Amino acid sequence: MIPPLDEDKRLRLEEVAREMRRRILEMIAEAGSGHPGGSLSAVEMVTALYFHIMRLRPEDPLWPERDRFVLSKGHAAPVLYAALALRGFFPPEELRGLRRIDSILQGHPDMKKTPGVEMSTGSLGQGLSTAVGMALAGRMDGKGYRVYALLGDGEIQEGQIWEAAMAAAHYRLDNLVAFLDFNGLQIDGPLEQVMSITPVADKWRAFGWHTVAIDGHDLQEIVEAARGAVAGRPTMIVARTVKGKGVSFMEDEVGWHGKAPSREQLEQALRELT
Amino acid sequence: MRMGEYIMTKSEATRDAYGEELLALGQVNERIVVLDADLSGSTRTSRFARAFPERFFNVGIAEQNMIGIAAGLATAGKIPFASSFAVFALGRAYDQLRTSVAYNNLNVKIAATHAGLSVGADGASHQALEDIALARALPNIRVVVPADGVETRAAVRTAAAVEGPVYLRLGRPKVPVLFGPEHEFAFGRGQKLREGSRAAIVSCGVMTYRALRAAEALAREGIEVTVVNMPSLKPLDEELLLEVARSCGAVVTVEEHSIIGGLGSAVAEFLSEEHPVPLRRVGVRDAFGRSGTPEDLFQAYGLTEADICRAVRELL
Repeated sequence: MIPPLDEDKRLRLEEVAREMRRRILEMIAEAGSGHPGGSLSAVEMVTALYFHIMRLRPEDPLWPERDRFVLSKGHAAPVLYAALALRGFFPPEELRGLRRIDSILQGHPDMKKTPGVEMSTGSLGQGLSTAVGMALAGRMDGKGYRVYALLGDGEIQEGQIWEAAMAAAHYRLDNLVAFLDFNGLQIDGPLEQVMSITPVADKWRAFGWHTVAIDGHDLQEIVEAARGAVAGRPTMIVARTVKGKGVSFMEDEVGWHGKAPSREQLEQALRELT
Repeated sequence: MRMGEYIMTKSEATRDAYGEELLALGQVNERIVVLDADLSGSTRTSRFARAFPERFFNVGIAEQNMIGIAAGLATAGKIPFASSFAVFALGRAYDQLRTSVAYNNLNVKIAATHAGLSVGADGASHQALEDIALARALPNIRVVVPADGVETRAAVRTAAAVEGPVYLRLGRPKVPVLFGPEHEFAFGRGQKLREGSRAAIVSCGVMTYRALRAAEALAREGIEVTVVNMPSLKPLDEELLLEVARSCGAVVTVEEHSIIGGLGSAVAEFLSEEHPVPLRRVGVRDAFGRSGTPEDLFQAYGLTEADICRAVRELL
């Protein structure tokens, strides 16, 4: 059972989230490339998952009873790496190696190279299907673990997402909980201009998912939504977020989807995140 | 001179052998799970489905999702066999096979039926002639094209026993049974089925029995050739290829697939670096298939015994 988030823990998680944002920006700046916008929008969800919701053993990353997390929007790798490092899956010094040759931290998540990464992703639309497979296996084996997935809003334009959505409901996978990082922007512009996904919650409801809409930067709402998963159906948490959240000049700016901050921009961002 | 005892009195479709062996494996290995995309009757996974409904997942007409689910199941220690027609399993779900399965070296077995022209009347949309090329190009995946039902059973058992992804290419029609029950399959191993010094015919899948027939026809003309069955296209039996290239000095490859990227390519790539000899590739020459009976199609696309004989004579 996931415990409720008390005020004390919430304040601590807010500090973790700030630290996550600093790490994300530092590692991307150091690498000289990467995806800050969609990493920053997902910080609260990933923080809540790794520091409150999921049952994990960082010292035993393949513990069979662990909860699983699939970052289906693989380009947000920095948010996952920051969480894994701060949670103790590998030393935080590794973050400096992001995207470099021989680093354990690839440009997109790699389950073979990085402790704690459950599935290699990066080609959008594939992660949710693998999460369905993990959830099916957990049920077959009578294990109590849950599988969490984080989807991008642009990502759900991929047809495979809806194949997986159909299957998860068909198999009544109530051990599967997905988050949609609904920040409204994709590489080429606002989703509403490129390819609209609205009404998004209705779509998931129509596919048979227990669907709730929350503020994706509110830790309390995130934890309550995860606690509110129902029996007999998969859960979709549509999380309204701001791309680039936490850094004034990145917020809601499409140009920060896949660009590293300069040294000066990094310093300004870190000042905002103290 | 004949090497192996090949029989050719019975016939059996490799997909039927697959369905039967999968059922047998399911009885002894609880980790085996099977996925299909609404073709379980045709791929013969329906036999496993009836026996083990709790370990069978019909995902509907959604091959990309099928491969992704198989990858997820494999992360938890299952041994998934995912089946559809070769066109869909390899072509439709290629990126899923690449990133979710092959890249992670996950223990997923893709067993695809209805490969090649011998699908027949359904036509080009259903005749995979490029699936071997697609599978071979991916690191970590082993590629197997069994010649008959016996070899299929052995290959299915071996695929289940090894860790890592395997592509099993199976056919729709009945093909003559070439091997006795003692026949074994191993990755990277082919066999000489017949020995002669003038040329070596290297074949796989449903073409091996045609290669043997062609060798018999050539023998009647006084031309003795070696016939090698090469079910393991990746890894190849490089030792055997070197041996027959050295002893025969000429090689003809035979496959029910495009000559681009298939067995002919694999053999040419290897021999041209290690021991170049004159070589001819019998296969589909950069074309799509079309409707027709398998036999009419084999005629139209140059895959008959006469075509194999002609290719051998060109090298003499």
